[in-house]
Amino acid sequence: MNAIITTAVFGIVLMFVGLFVKNKQQIKYFAIAGTILAFIANWYDCTLAGGSSVILHGMVEVSKFSILFNGVAIVSTFLYFLLCGSAFERVGDDVADYFALVFFILSGVMLTASFSNLLMLFLAIEIISIPQYILAGADKKNLKSNEASLKYFLTGSFTTGILLMGIALLYGATGTFNIREMGLGTGDLSPLALCGIILLAFALAFKVSAAPFHFWTPDVYDGSPTVFTAFMATVVKAASFVAFMRLFYVSFTGGDITHHWQLIIALITAATLLIGNFTAVFQQSVKRMLAYSSIAQAGFMLFAIVSNNEMAAQGMILYAAAYSVATIGVFAVLLKMKDYTFDGYNGLARREPLLALVTTIFLLSLAGIPLTAGFFAKYFVLSAAVQAGGLLWLVILGVLCAAISAYYYFRVIIAMYFRAGEAETLPITGGFKAALLLAAAIVIALGLFPGLLLQFL
Amino acid sequence: MLTVLLILIPLITGLITFGLKGPGAKVFSLLSSFATLAVAVFAWAQFQVAPDSLQFTADWIPQLNSQFKVGLDGLSLMLVLLTAISFPLIFITVFSRSYDRAGSFYGLMLLSQAGLLGVFLAYDALLFYFFWELALIPVYFLCSMWGGERAVPVTFKFFVYTFAGSLLMLVGIIYIYFQTPGSFSWQAFTSLNLSNGEQSWLFWLFFVAFAIKMPVFPFHTWQPDTYEQSPTPVTMVLSGIMVKMGLFGVMRWLVPVLPQGVYMWQEAAIVLSVIGIIYASCIAIMQTDLKKLIAYSSIAHIGLMSAAIFANNEQSIAGVQVQMFNHGINIIGLWIIVEVIEQRLKIKNMTGLGGIATHAPKLAILLVIVSLANIALPLTNGFIGEFLMFSGLFQYNPWFAAVAGLAVILAAVYMLRMLQKVLFGESNALTATTTDLKAGEMLAMACIVAVIFVLGFYPKPLLDLASGLGLPNAIAAVITR
Repeated sequence: MNAIITTAVFGIVLMFVGLFVKNKQQIKYFAIAGTILAFIANWYDCTLAGGSSVILHGMVEVSKFSILFNGVAIVSTFLYFLLCGSAFERVGDDVADYFALVFFILSGVMLTASFSNLLMLFLAIEIISIPQYILAGADKKNLKSNEASLKYFLTGSFTTGILLMGIALLYGATGTFNIREMGLGTGDLSPLALCGIILLAFALAFKVSAAPFHFWTPDVYDGSPTVFTAFMATVVKAASFVAFMRLFYVSFTGGDITHHWQLIIALITAATLLIGNFTAVFQQSVKRMLAYSSIAQAGFMLFAIVSNNEMAAQGMILYAAAYSVATIGVFAVLLKMKDYTFDGYNGLARREPLLALVTTIFLLSLAGIPLTAGFFAKYFVLSAAVQAGGLLWLVILGVLCAAISAYYYFRVIIAMYFRAGEAETLPITGGFKAALLLAAAIVIALGLFPGLLLQFL
Repeated sequence: MLTVLLILIPLITGLITFGLKGPGAKVFSLLSSFATLAVAVFAWAQFQVAPDSLQFTADWIPQLNSQFKVGLDGLSLMLVLLTAISFPLIFITVFSRSYDRAGSFYGLMLLSQAGLLGVFLAYDALLFYFFWELALIPVYFLCSMWGGERAVPVTFKFFVYTFAGSLLMLVGIIYIYFQTPGSFSWQAFTSLNLSNGEQSWLFWLFFVAFAIKMPVFPFHTWQPDTYEQSPTPVTMVLSGIMVKMGLFGVMRWLVPVLPQGVYMWQEAAIVLSVIGIIYASCIAIMQTDLKKLIAYSSIAHIGLMSAAIFANNEQSIAGVQVQMFNHGINIIGLWIIVEVIEQRLKIKNMTGLGGIATHAPKLAILLVIVSLANIALPLTNGFIGEFLMFSGLFQYNPWFAAVAGLAVILAAVYMLRMLQKVLFGESNALTATTTDLKAGEMLAMACIVAVIFVLGFYPKPLLDLASGLGLPNAIAAVITR
């Protein structure tokens, strides 16, 4: 709870700091200090709760899971500021505002792991979404950025309507907004409740860019300023997933209820895996490839929702961490490239061996190769699905798609190492390299010992 | 601790080698490979007196109850010895050559050695999978970076094939894990009683992964191109040791864990293997490219081994184990000669060769010996293994043995034709310039020929390893069924 308040207040403070501090570097350092502050607040929450769940007025629930996820989100944001923070000033002049908006998003992100009331879920989703609409259009003079913002806003607000409709129907069926008091029983559902669940599933599927609700994703991710895409595609996406999972795991479980929606989500998962992976294969720009890869990765994260068990929760935390850190790392390097196509990476290994090496580690992690965090992330979500039973067809489809994903991730590696070329980069500082190494070290450490993270759960 | 050292030495030295330059990397990695060899030999000695001391277990992922569990038995010891002997031989052979970015080259070689040794030592399914992939990644970079002009797409095909296969195996591992009381250990896996239906489909998840690695027909299409395009030292690792990962996987995991599945599908697996033998042998006869010829001959040999594993009786299993070792040694010998010819003459096509024997007699003699060992002539090391495998296969079904037996004749056809085209006949302007083996190459070849003859005359040490201790109880259980 303290962490949520800290980030929200810090966002407001940052807006005012923008008025007085004109040095953009200083604002960045200030923001980094903010994430550290949020981390301390989260730690304080942890000691306060002492391992048990604390429910605040039936609205917010501070649990081990929420604290751990907050920690992951904060550390990811910290890395994001460290790696991409200096790219903020290339977007526009209002650097402090951008940082403030990211902090607002972060406070929404924390709510997604701790809401215990459907209204808080709605608030969390909106707190996340509205700053994103602004960030997507931050590059005001760029038409593509404008288009991305408008597209995102229109589709997003439409989905908000669906989300609200779902909540209203559920309220009609159960008479409560509290996710623990739904009492949907164990047998058949009333049509009202079933419609509510399905509408909620569709709205959340839109937010996590699952097929067939994914059409906004490539355009928005491609059109938005790259530095903000990096955040949207990682921490925010993971948070939407956590909200999705929390709602379905807590409220729509028990008896036969899971079976009412499981098949729909399973089909959505299959479609997401296929569309994300196959389309990513045909991209020419690394940025757009990463947009489709984020859809493909969403397919794997959906496994956690389909399987709906305890292992899925572990898998979600690991996936959130592995995917966020690796993708932020890839984006950070992408931001330093002058040419965003695959060819732009040609020969990077000769010019900047360290950049090529860490990018390789991040890409291997995204592909799910052992020794990287991505392997255990995939391992846990796939295991969860096997454990749930009856989903083996989906698991096999999943691993085949993982093999396909190797194709487009390795294209970057091939370009960097085996193609001759003069990959042009912006000037690279020692601090940037050190931060990249830190991120790579996290990926490898989690790839060797996932227990480092899971022990807190 | 000895077993852990076997993995740690190449792993750590490999990482250090990345930071070294040119000759330093070369010498350092050679020393490292000798250190591993010394430990392996010591482990062999230890195995005779106190086999229990070679087991090691430590906690790895408590949340999954997966352990860092390694150990040695006869089967793994054989392959560990093969790996430990091969790497120094390979490093000696290429000692006179200098590779671009040598630090990375030798570092990756050592990392692949660590992965291979890990695969052979692991007694925990998740750990096994971990090393299985770990062995692949360095090889991918080695082939792509130092390979021929088509190496990048060819290696990528190889990578995707094996990656897809091993992911299917991962699904199988996960499924079986949930049937155990929550353990990945080999003991837990093998003591399960899975139903026939489960074993039947689980068999294919594992079989495809291993079959791609071996490779067994029809999963072999990556192999000839990869062998041809890879730099020769890497081809030696691939064909000498890495293909044994597939065979080893079948023997360590597939047969003991899914005995009923193997029983149900053994005929299908043998049919595929035998088709592979005949098919690859026929293609080998038609080849004019030296490297591809050896690649296809390797498919044929592996096919025989795979057929013998699935015939699954005492003789054939013992034969496979012996042959895994000997095939590794022989094929590395063949590649050394090919490497020499390719380096000296810059040509791989046999039609342009001929008459080398008069200009490079040592090379010619050694090539003849290695080729004859590859045909499995008596008194060479290849004989005993093939004999055991055929007699095992014969016990299972005489028809399979008869058809597979054609492979021996076909092998003689293509190997002798190769000798004739390369060594004898008229020499041309190019082959007249052939110089004989240099000291390093000579040393490596001398070791190999020594092994060929010693084990040809006296195969008892290998047979001791292969029988008794090496035979997992579960295999014995299937035989009696």
